[in-house]
Amino acid sequence: MKHLLSAGDLDRDAAIHVLDTAARMAATQGREMKKLPTLRGRTVVNLFFEDSTRTRISFETAAKRLSADVINFAAKGSSVSKGESLKDTAQTLQAMGADAVVIRHPASGAPHRLAHSGWVGTSVINAGDGTHQHPTQALLDAYTIRQHLAGGPTHDPTAEPDQRGLGQDLAGLRIAIVGDVLHSRVARSNVQLLHTLGAQVTLVAPPTLVPVGAQAWPCDVSYHLDEVLADQQPDAIMMLRVQRERMGAGAGSGPSHGTGFFPSPLEYTRAFGLDARRLRMLPDHAIVLHPGPMNRGLEISADAADSARAVILEQVTNGVAVRMAVLYLLLAKEKETWA
Amino acid sequence: MGVTTQYLLRGVAPLGGAPTDLLLADGRIVAVGPDASDGAGPEAVTIQGDGLVALPGLVDLHTHLREPGREDAETVATGTRAAALGGFTSVHAMANTSPVADTAGVVEQVWRLGRDAGWVDVHPVGAVSMGLAGEQLAELGAMAHSAARVRVFSDDGHCVDDPVLMRRALEYVKAFDGVIAQHSQEPRLTLGSQMHEGIVSAEVGLAGWPAVAEEAIIARDVLLAEHVGSRLHVCHVSTAGSVEILRWAKSRGISVTAEVTPHHLLLTDELARSYDPLYKVNPPLRTAADVEAVREALADGTIDIVATDHAPHTREDKDCEWAAAAFGMTGLETALGIVTRTMVDTGRMTWADVARVLSSAPARIGRVHEGERPQGRPLSVGEPANVTLVDPAARWTVDGTQLASTSRNTPFGGRELSGRVVATFLRGRPTVLDGVAADGTRSGAAGPPGGA
Repeated sequence: MKHLLSAGDLDRDAAIHVLDTAARMAATQGREMKKLPTLRGRTVVNLFFEDSTRTRISFETAAKRLSADVINFAAKGSSVSKGESLKDTAQTLQAMGADAVVIRHPASGAPHRLAHSGWVGTSVINAGDGTHQHPTQALLDAYTIRQHLAGGPTHDPTAEPDQRGLGQDLAGLRIAIVGDVLHSRVARSNVQLLHTLGAQVTLVAPPTLVPVGAQAWPCDVSYHLDEVLADQQPDAIMMLRVQRERMGAGAGSGPSHGTGFFPSPLEYTRAFGLDARRLRMLPDHAIVLHPGPMNRGLEISADAADSARAVILEQVTNGVAVRMAVLYLLLAKEKETWA
Repeated sequence: MGVTTQYLLRGVAPLGGAPTDLLLADGRIVAVGPDASDGAGPEAVTIQGDGLVALPGLVDLHTHLREPGREDAETVATGTRAAALGGFTSVHAMANTSPVADTAGVVEQVWRLGRDAGWVDVHPVGAVSMGLAGEQLAELGAMAHSAARVRVFSDDGHCVDDPVLMRRALEYVKAFDGVIAQHSQEPRLTLGSQMHEGIVSAEVGLAGWPAVAEEAIIARDVLLAEHVGSRLHVCHVSTAGSVEILRWAKSRGISVTAEVTPHHLLLTDELARSYDPLYKVNPPLRTAADVEAVREALADGTIDIVATDHAPHTREDKDCEWAAAAFGMTGLETALGIVTRTMVDTGRMTWADVARVLSSAPARIGRVHEGERPQGRPLSVGEPANVTLVDPAARWTVDGTQLASTSRNTPFGGRELSGRVVATFLRGRPTVLDGVAADGTRSGAAGPPGGA
């Protein structure tokens, strides 16, 4: 496997292998000396056409802990805005010796084009493309869920956190993903990966934020969060970020005026926000995830975000381990195969 | 252009019927039948046409020639040469040039460039609204009464979405028997749209272009056309729902005609999974069920014609990420091969039907079936010698690098088509012979064409 473009690229065994590799990476991160020599002399380019400090820093940290050289390239304009084209930018970076390109781009499919158009020969890792995919986010979410919940009641709570769930999938777990599914690459990646790992996924959103065509996805769809919490008792609930421009009257006066996807932030919060009352409806073992950055008071209340059930900071920590695993598996010369 | 020569077409099958001979002289068909050679002079060129189907020269109601303004993508000369290689003797050149063809001056320029090139008759389409802005009627009368004699008006690329403007346009062109060719796309439902909205768009995360955005405009427009008693032509019908509305409108006697493109007869939205912008087109590629519906509608006459929507684009406008790419694909040189493969080879249409949907019907809709240089006429004695010879048995694989259009944005590269253009005659003069254009260029296939 040369690229990681979509969560759909991974079958069950490959996904478990990434998660297990991430666990091995995580085990090294408790040491005083965190750095591994694995990718010494290799160059990883973070090519970011969208601002995302969190994801960029996570990839940068992962690459540096593996001793790779890291180049951060924040491309202000893309060819969408008539700057230098994606093709020219990528070819320039390859000419400087990049071995892998980690790309974040507002256009769905941009990483796919980079990997398959013949423009460059490097490995391509999708760090989020448009409303399509964000596979390393799904992997870190799955990793976090597995760490807490895999194996059900029989799992050994005394094991080291990094070793919990090793070799296991997520069979039988019920996971609710709540919010702006329509515009969410996180939701698309998670539906695919969590399904591949055997979990039962329910998407919860107002109908305006569920894509036409989602009926073909391997998950259930509900418009009612309270029903899902009461009837399904999900083991994990993932709150998606709701962007400001989706609200109310849309962007105000521009061409999208009047195209808000829901009437008001208050109505959204009442129907789909995770607050203290809904937190109490969850089973005792349930965990709360959020890909960040959060809109406190909108999709998630401070009570929920700061509760003991919230694993949001663990997601950030695990993101480094998962990205180390992906870089290692794609780039290391001496390694076992993916699956 | 050149000395008039007689051409004796031996053993060709007019509209796929019984083989016979045709004699072309002085720009006309002067004899049809086994004794046609009797009238041939000693200088007559004989073409052995055994196994070839003779069609009236093809007429495209929807071509983008890009000149003036985007000569880097196509010119009138290169686009019409590609048209001749595709078997066409007449094309309607769309108005979305730069400057827009919204005045008598611009349409006369395009018309003149077509005459000078000499590959096919070029009939400019006039813009409905000034600058295609959808706000104020362009000078439709001036264009109609110009040397270009414009009869087809379209803001193609943009929908005339203001219902009042559309009503006025439909009414106004009645004075000179014009027709409004509508690009049916409700703009608010398609803000930022990239591909057909459905199962594939949901998965690949490209903004959806819902079928209803096309169907809602067609439904409105057929009712407007009925109300004011005008002629409406619907460009590039792409959905099963549009077909149902057209069927209903025709059953009510509404004066509406419709076209389908070759690509909507063949390709589906599944191709967008590749994120290759060669498959990005407007209206978008739809589902397999839609493809079946438009094929059926073309066969039963609900859709009247095939029109190419030939839309050349430069490499930089396609060699990029999907969202940054231009909409459109070339089609002049592959249209007949696709119609042959999808409609004739499958037994859904005869060659007489092909002549209807690719020649006589589009000529009538565009009102170029009569006048000084009529097109889409029968293959009968006394008619203009606009003749296309097709090898119906030829199977050929499209090689995008070998097409004659200046632009390379064909989505059909590597696909096998059937039905190959062997010769095209424009008023008795061969623009294409043995698959080679009169200036020595050749279109399309990997490997030698039949008869070369």
